[in-house]
Amino acid sequence: MSETYTSPAAAAQVGRTVRRLVTPEGVDLGVRLADVSQRFGALCLDLLIMIASLIVGAIFFAIAGVEVGGIEGAYVTIQLFAFLVRNFYFMLFEMGSKAATPGKRALGIRVASRTSPQLTASAVFARNALREIELFIPLSVMMSGGSITGQSSAVDGWIWLAAVVWLMIFALFPLMNKDRLRIGDLVAGTWVVRAPKPVLLPDMSATAEAASGQFTFTPEQLNAYGIAELHVLEDVLRVRDSDVMREVAERIAVKIGWTNNTSASAESFLKSYYAQLRGRLESGLLMGKRRADKHDVG
Amino acid sequence: MSSEPMTMLTLKSARFREERQDSWRALEDVLRTVESGGTKALSREELLALPRLYRACLSSLSVARATSLDQNVIAYLESLCERAYYALYGARVPLWKRTLHFLTHGWPSAVREIWPELLVASFVFFLAAALGIAFVVSDPEWFYTFVSEGMASGRDPTASREELMESIYQTETQKERGWFSAFAADLFSNNAGVAILAFALGFAFGIPTIVILVQNGLVMGAFIGLHINKQLGYEFSGWLTVHGTTEILAILLAGAGGLRIGRSVAFPGRLTRLQSAARSGDVAARVIGGVVVMMFIAALLEAFPRQLVDSDEIRYAIGLTFLVFWMFFFFLRRPTPPELSA
Repeated sequence: MSETYTSPAAAAQVGRTVRRLVTPEGVDLGVRLADVSQRFGALCLDLLIMIASLIVGAIFFAIAGVEVGGIEGAYVTIQLFAFLVRNFYFMLFEMGSKAATPGKRALGIRVASRTSPQLTASAVFARNALREIELFIPLSVMMSGGSITGQSSAVDGWIWLAAVVWLMIFALFPLMNKDRLRIGDLVAGTWVVRAPKPVLLPDMSATAEAASGQFTFTPEQLNAYGIAELHVLEDVLRVRDSDVMREVAERIAVKIGWTNNTSASAESFLKSYYAQLRGRLESGLLMGKRRADKHDVG
Repeated sequence: MSSEPMTMLTLKSARFREERQDSWRALEDVLRTVESGGTKALSREELLALPRLYRACLSSLSVARATSLDQNVIAYLESLCERAYYALYGARVPLWKRTLHFLTHGWPSAVREIWPELLVASFVFFLAAALGIAFVVSDPEWFYTFVSEGMASGRDPTASREELMESIYQTETQKERGWFSAFAADLFSNNAGVAILAFALGFAFGIPTIVILVQNGLVMGAFIGLHINKQLGYEFSGWLTVHGTTEILAILLAGAGGLRIGRSVAFPGRLTRLQSAARSGDVAARVIGGVVVMMFIAALLEAFPRQLVDSDEIRYAIGLTFLVFWMFFFFLRRPTPPELSA
């Protein structure tokens, strides 16, 4: 657990990437948009899977197709298979119950409608049909070295350059709007959101160390920090890196004027401080006081 | 508080979590089943429990946001609620059911919806075709302007009447050689690709779509003109009609879909450009999805009946039958489609 733990606050980059998603019950769930880097990674993975399945499929149909229908059988099945993979790989997976291709699933993101809970098949079709001009056509022009007629000519270099510029415009489009839409998302009314599945971890306030009463802090000592620091402390305790914990414990000790030695039992010290700080801040919440961070003295 | 260290064990938020976490875990289990196997995989009890667990989880989230500072709990609940929200309100319908609904309702109703664009696309295409005929009939040299050498493959003004007839009617040896299904597969992937492209290019205000329509119209007109010059107009049109009624209608629909998107981007009306594009994207995508099906049928017609049937009359009969079929299929009013449900 300690290796895979990522702080929810850090993952969200609070504010900039959260969009409202109000359920019919009136609760805003706040969906988080996927990073451009996540989407690029997912795309690369998917392209690799497509290429691999094309190769495997070509070999399979070359053997099976010849068995059934001779060379023509092999030709037809390979041709249709290639067409299906190129045009329907993204569509079929995104129409499925996970609304994500294998690449997207691997990076914990999914496609969702911007306006309704239901992602329609036509929306998936539209967003992926546009992939053709966003990606496949410029890519194939680039790979053919700019020759669209099959013969080399004087303008090939220019066409190649045009394809690169074309690809760049479409590739950079998600960086140029706040919802990170590519053209396909724009036309289809979709966006790509994070679909993390965080595990319910133990409550860090309910630990034996916190309950032992070994460390007890005065209200003044607990007033040193706010919610932001509490969350950082929670992250530190969940990651459990002993060096970091010792360092954090020392800094807290200095800040609150804790004179006893903390280095021997940094973790117990931090857990106790966490539990008591959280108790104090949460009772503040009940009174309507939300102390954002240590600078907030409201 | 500092004088009572034992209260730390029972932070209100920790106690709250202790009480509720079993129902959260229950919801998580149900969701795991739904996400891997759809709602069908659920037992009756689970199906009934899902909405209840979802609402309980939503209320837990609201309470936790207001009273708990455990960020793991809040992140966990948010993601759980979101998954449940999609599972519950975005009810997934089985793919085959969606496909059937699409073919019988979604597609024809989308075609009916874009009739103005279909008229424009038809007008542009047939005007270009008429111009193509007029130009080539008045001066055969125009043929070279409209048709590339590769596409003509020998069928140009220098070809004799007999050579042109050879490509209209297959010789016995050609029929025996076969490879019709390979031909069909080529045609299908090529034409369906063009249709998807015509749609995709639509968002550039529909201009590239118009260009593709004009170009295709001119090419068709040029070929017709070429054959008219050799007194083969009737025969060539028969050859073209077999699959052409389906294929050209498909091209026109694809073009119309592209134009709808272009129009909505250029003239969004009262909606924002984004909303407008998304709304027309939905309609146009349904049209183009159907166009892929039509292209498949057209490719089969082009590869088999056209190559195997030599009678002009039967060719016309096949082509026109398909045209009538499509017209009835798309434009015949039928009862309003039932809402698609799981």
